[in-house]
Amino acid sequence: MYVAVKGGEAAIANAHRLLAESRRGDVSVPDLSVAQIREQMALLVDRVMTEGSLHDPDLAALALKQARGDLIEAVFLVRAYRTTLPRFGASEPVETGAMTLRRRISATYKDLPGGQVLGPTFDYTHRLIDFALAAEGEAPVAEEAEPLADAAHAPRVTDLLGHDGLIEPSAPDDGTPPGDLTREPLDFPADRALRLQALARGDEGFVLALGYSTQRGYGRTHPFVGEIRVGTVAVEFVPEELGFPVPLGEVALTECQMVNQFHGSAETPPQFTRGYGLAFGQSERKAMAMALVDRALRAEELGEPVGAPAQDQEFVLAHCDALQATGFVEHLKLPHYVDFQAELELVRRLRAEHAARHAPSETEMKEAAE
Amino acid sequence: MTTAVAMPETGYNFAYLDEGTKRMIRRAILKAIAIPGYQVPFASREMPMPYGWGTGGVQVTAAILGQDDVLKVIDQGSDDTTNAVSIRAFFARTADVAVTTRTRDATVIQTRHRIPEAPLHEGQVLVYQVPIPEPLRFLEPRETETRQLHALAEYGLMHVKLYEDIARHGHIATTYAYPVEVAGRYVMDPSPTPKFDNPKMDDCPALQLFGAGREKRIYAVPPHTRVRSLDFEDHPFRVQAFDRPCALCGAEGVYLDEVLLDDAGGRMFVCSDTDHCEERRADGHVGAEAAHA
Amino acid sequence: MLARGFADPVHDAQGVFRAVMDALARPGTIQPVATRLAPPAPLTPELAAVALALADSDAPLWLDAGLARDPAVAGFLRFHTGARITDDPAEAAFALVSDAAACPDFAIFANGTPAYPDRSATLVLAVSELGDGPGGWRLEGPGIRGSARLAASPLPADFSARLARNHAGFPQGIDLILAGPGRVAGLPRSTRVTLED
Repeated sequence: MYVAVKGGEAAIANAHRLLAESRRGDVSVPDLSVAQIREQMALLVDRVMTEGSLHDPDLAALALKQARGDLIEAVFLVRAYRTTLPRFGASEPVETGAMTLRRRISATYKDLPGGQVLGPTFDYTHRLIDFALAAEGEAPVAEEAEPLADAAHAPRVTDLLGHDGLIEPSAPDDGTPPGDLTREPLDFPADRALRLQALARGDEGFVLALGYSTQRGYGRTHPFVGEIRVGTVAVEFVPEELGFPVPLGEVALTECQMVNQFHGSAETPPQFTRGYGLAFGQSERKAMAMALVDRALRAEELGEPVGAPAQDQEFVLAHCDALQATGFVEHLKLPHYVDFQAELELVRRLRAEHAARHAPSETEMKEAAE
Repeated sequence: MTTAVAMPETGYNFAYLDEGTKRMIRRAILKAIAIPGYQVPFASREMPMPYGWGTGGVQVTAAILGQDDVLKVIDQGSDDTTNAVSIRAFFARTADVAVTTRTRDATVIQTRHRIPEAPLHEGQVLVYQVPIPEPLRFLEPRETETRQLHALAEYGLMHVKLYEDIARHGHIATTYAYPVEVAGRYVMDPSPTPKFDNPKMDDCPALQLFGAGREKRIYAVPPHTRVRSLDFEDHPFRVQAFDRPCALCGAEGVYLDEVLLDDAGGRMFVCSDTDHCEERRADGHVGAEAAHA
Repeated sequence: MLARGFADPVHDAQGVFRAVMDALARPGTIQPVATRLAPPAPLTPELAAVALALADSDAPLWLDAGLARDPAVAGFLRFHTGARITDDPAEAAFALVSDAAACPDFAIFANGTPAYPDRSATLVLAVSELGDGPGGWRLEGPGIRGSARLAASPLPADFSARLARNHAGFPQGIDLILAGPGRVAGLPRSTRVTLED
């Protein structure tokens, strides 16, 4: 009987063997290849890369396979691997203005230099289950269009607004390297670069719900989608010994520039303000939600009243990380019987004292009734 | 049972962490020792086990561990609980150290929720896994506020909370993670150990290190340091007392686990510290229900 | 030619760290440090060992005048630690002092802030004599059972008064590692130091 309390290494090893078998599922169904996941579950791979803070589609796909499709578990695998990688330094800032575009839309202008490019999007699809997909084998082909004459030049909407002084300028680069919350403990108040890093790594569901809450009045920011652009950018690195940038390759990104109303203050004339979102791959929902929350978190800087959850950086940054959240929620599965025993003892004592207090009063009531 | 494990996992550094991370943690540990009870922020790394499952303790252990150390890992006082087994296996795979279940043989003991019953000695380090390092957190959720309160040594809030317990229940209703004052200055969370263990922290010959991975804090109690459980003159600190000895080894004055035997109220109380219980039984001590084991 | 660093970087660094940790955790105890380092003078093997074990690109070093004079010292430390060597003592995580008798005032180093007392320097002083015998200080505080004794030289005449002032500022202050031949001792800010009668 009492022996059952002991956990034991054998039980753990057995559980892990059962997990491996369950992961594979029915062996009469062909094994899923990492390439299949990378190519056909691409948006899931993008999300694992974004929240895992590591651009490596094959590794993200492998993590998804190992995690049986559990998104947060896959992010966990990628993050734990990422921590062990040597760091050579920081890349040059990527130039999203020179992005090779796959998709680019603006909600603030009907037409603009570079044009509106819908690209591969679920927008305007009718969400009807396509039973034809259940019959495997079909490979749809999209026709290739003539390249647009001005496609090469698609300036950012915020830059266009900036020419007229209608939007706040981007903070100038003062040369201080941005912080890194994976290398230094997060300290409050956190500057915008650190907040953006936390939001980019943050759980999409959490950031989405917070962004949504600002639209419903909990820290309203009057947002317009200035622009969403999806595509690839070149990554360059300056090795110490060379002193000039060397191209490392390309990464796929989604960038969202939110344009928000601002009434101005005593020092600042009325102008639009910025909210920024950036994610790996095609992750529009994440980038948009991030831009909403980024703008909400700037409330204090812009002299706006702070009160809503999305404006509260300690609340947002301390709770947006899916790994921290899932670890601490799931740790409740671990044994707590020592503490529970302490509480049991207290509750028993309090109940005994309660009973002792009430026992005489019952006698008194009987006496009163008699 | 002291076994040498000579199967280091290939591909990772000794004790898993890279040397840069170890140095960062070591520097935090030194400041934590110099400022007893103060929570030093550190850049906690993502570990291959989840936050909340001992990542802080694991990082502290990995940073201090050397080849000659003898490691013991316990959870709820037991060497056999699943998470203790898992963490011990982690170090067995990534560091070439001897492991033991014997409290007195260990040089480094990583623990969750208990302090061993056997007295600790000079030359030992007790590493606690800490979920919420901030003793004021449930009274004031904001880090910026609690940091100020510590800076000013303003602990009135904590005394008010404990006193409200007395007003409501007749006594202090905190049974574990019971706040302590360290070396007359900082109020500190002892981690969720039952308050039964608090007196063992006072004037303890071993160095006590605390690691909170998710919350990114390290703190310390040097050996022979005054650790006082907060209380009031008219309501002095008291520990839980069990009205029976361990059913297996007959030990008294130890912390007991309640084990349910059936669904008709049958139960037995046994040592939470399994090593202590086993050593006593090996020495011939017999409890009333030793036949159950 | 550049002098060699730790023969076994992982375990040598761990050994030196544990000696320093035990020294700071148990003020008044003398912790052996076995090092085979032969750094350029006046950097002593023990100062070098502490620096190699604990300094890196995130923990800048400050050197006293004697150490700063010979560029070979900075070259050795830079190569083996990757640490930045700063002229500004307030920036230093570790200050290496080869001429302990001329140890500068603690106030020029980071003493931490009330909210972050940990953001403070650790001074590593090379001494030729270091022991727990008589003729030195009486130590009390965390890490010490009752009281302990420590004697080190050479040090400035007013050193115990400086240590007392450092302790009076607790939780702010600096922490000290005294490094003698083959041994270290710790004097954290939590230690109350008085002259022995």
